[in-house]
Amino acid sequence: MTTADLLGKLLQVVMGLAVFAAVVGLLIFFIDKAPKKGRDYWQLTFFLLPAMLFIAVGLVYPAIRTSLLAFQDPSGDWTLANFVWTFTQPAAIRTLINTIIWVLLVPTISTAIGLAYAVFIDKSRGERYYKVILFMPIAISFVGAGVIWRFVYEYRGGDRDQIGLLNAMVVAAGGEPVQWLQTDPINTFLLIVVMIWIQTGFAMVLLSAAIKGVPTEQIEAAQLDGTNGWQRFLNVTVPGIRGALVVVLTTISIATLKVFDIVRTMTAGNFNTSVIANEMYTQAFRASEVGRGSALALILFVLVLPIVIYNVNVLRKQREIR
Amino acid sequence: MRIRRHRRWMAPVVAAAAIGLALTGCTGDIAEQDAADVDCGPYEEYGTFEDKAVTVAGTILDLEADRLMEAWADFETCTGIEVDYQGSSEFEAQIAVLAEGGNAPDVGIVPQPGLLARLATGGWLIPASEAVEANVDEWWSEDWKQYGTHDGTFYAAPLMASIKGYVWYSPAEFEEKGYEIPKTLDELNDLSATIAGEGEHKPWCVGLESGDATGWPGTDWVEDYMLRLHGPDVYDQWVTHGIPFNDPQVAEAFDAVGEVLKSEDMVNGGIGNVSTQVTEAFQTAGLPILDGECSLHHQASFYETFWNPEGGDEVTVASDGDVFGFLLPPVNADDPLSVTGGGEFPVAFRDAEEVEAFRAFLSSDTWANNRVSLGGVISANTGVDPENASSELLTQSIEILQDPETTFRFDGSDLMPGAVGADSFWKGIVAWVTGGETQQVLDTIESSWPAQ
Repeated sequence: MTTADLLGKLLQVVMGLAVFAAVVGLLIFFIDKAPKKGRDYWQLTFFLLPAMLFIAVGLVYPAIRTSLLAFQDPSGDWTLANFVWTFTQPAAIRTLINTIIWVLLVPTISTAIGLAYAVFIDKSRGERYYKVILFMPIAISFVGAGVIWRFVYEYRGGDRDQIGLLNAMVVAAGGEPVQWLQTDPINTFLLIVVMIWIQTGFAMVLLSAAIKGVPTEQIEAAQLDGTNGWQRFLNVTVPGIRGALVVVLTTISIATLKVFDIVRTMTAGNFNTSVIANEMYTQAFRASEVGRGSALALILFVLVLPIVIYNVNVLRKQREIR
Repeated sequence: MRIRRHRRWMAPVVAAAAIGLALTGCTGDIAEQDAADVDCGPYEEYGTFEDKAVTVAGTILDLEADRLMEAWADFETCTGIEVDYQGSSEFEAQIAVLAEGGNAPDVGIVPQPGLLARLATGGWLIPASEAVEANVDEWWSEDWKQYGTHDGTFYAAPLMASIKGYVWYSPAEFEEKGYEIPKTLDELNDLSATIAGEGEHKPWCVGLESGDATGWPGTDWVEDYMLRLHGPDVYDQWVTHGIPFNDPQVAEAFDAVGEVLKSEDMVNGGIGNVSTQVTEAFQTAGLPILDGECSLHHQASFYETFWNPEGGDEVTVASDGDVFGFLLPPVNADDPLSVTGGGEFPVAFRDAEEVEAFRAFLSSDTWANNRVSLGGVISANTGVDPENASSELLTQSIEILQDPETTFRFDGSDLMPGAVGADSFWKGIVAWVTGGETQQVLDTIESSWPAQ
């Protein structure tokens, strides 16, 4: 790259920003000049238009196309073969089972740990610092976390020095090193640990904020009634943070269903660890079986949909109560 | 108040200026190469162009990419065509998507005939020009031309090549212990048994780990045995699904490979037990030979560059050096020489004179000699002078490829559909090495073959 190239590129960026500003400015100018009658309607249309356009091009169109591709074979004829493959091939079935294991374990465990942690550090000295410690993994990308944890699980054969933390500890304790990521089924659970490690901080921060929102009067009333700590937690705190719990559980469930980076960087779906999102990529782009990939994408969509609907419903009910 | 407002403007301006200055540090103002220094004689036939550029993409990276660009630098200077190469390890996954979206590069260096076939089926490829075809007819064998052809249309000439099926060994160890280079597969098995029997170390070291492609080195083993045990005709039927993947002949090849890969007596020298094959990276798997902890390592000719992982030339690759390779022997000593190998094909996505001029150049003996002289690779182009190769082994490899008596077959997994060759075959090898039954693994691979 030469200096001239660089200047050209900088100029392009500046030009791009200027054009964007001009378009937005013009839009606002015209909305302002809209006829008095039905002005709200005009404003609504104009402001929604760009977002709608992007959603149509970037979301609706690809979603429809993927759905159609899922029912086509490579030559474009209609077929159910892709779904037959998904539900009959041992490898594909294993992918579905693994995804179910993931989505059962990750949200529950990370929410449970996050909740317990939030309760224990609540109103303690140095609460802020405890929070930061658990929250830090959130700042690490999934790929970064995958690389870090792959080193933790690293295995060296024979008498060579173990460079993986876990195997180094096993050997120091007098055990035999284990091929953690290659041994089925323990490898899936070890990958799940990574996801829990990342998501627990998220659960903790949200739940901690919710716990602080539980009115002190209710807790004190319960105390006067002679309840112990556990009863207060179960009967006062938990119902008080129900909304936050649902949000945390559903958000983590959706993130878990989509998990791709961790599996891809750590085992690439080998050794029976594949999940739907990883298999979707493998089939569509590496194996050039676009139909099978689309079928998996569609299944993923169908699995995520009820969670999203439930989440929206709960939030709407809460708003009505308020 | 005045000062405050002033400051609000200052900060971004200062920041922008600082970033701008810092970025200029990233640029290197490269002087255009002077045409006067280059002998343009061999390039006259491609003509001269004004302000034309060709974009090229492929899987070749780092040092190999630098050498690639160096090999066509004179072509750029003499013809005036600017060639812009972009390497990416995700090229194979992305090229079909790019082509479908109309964003493909002008030329894509495709490393698999299977992928070439898929792109041709999609209707995105420009057939090769007459100049390219003439070059291929002149310099390459019919086998190689076939790999650049789909449905009777010729799309691309081969670029470079590699020979699979080398068995690496230490000449010093062989001399010291009196081992002979085996001439038949039986002799190879006897040699393995002898080394295992002596009990100093296991004979073979194997590494199958390769990120998301884990298992592929094992497919090379199976392909080599298929070609040697059953001959080229059965091999062709196997890769084109003329016989099913779970055919008894395939099982026979797997079991012959299993004598080594599934035997605790045979692997994994200097590394551990059989299961360590799937954790050992293919790049480092042969290195125990240098420590005398392993005697034999099966890997393609390109493994030559891996013997010095830190670069340099501490380890010499020569018949009287630290390591050298012999070809996996045939069943009978007098069987015709059969080898498996790989190569790349520069396919075109844009129909333009400068693109075809560039492709004609890539299919010429001029380019092949340029590139081979820079080291590390070989070509099956018969116009290449084997002496140009960077080492004894590569010279020998070029001679094998140029010999009309040699039966050459492309790496089978690269010819199979992606669902098998780039997925279930690899996964099958992993499952098989870690304890899967041969028949069960073959059945699984067979059932993944896309229905046509």
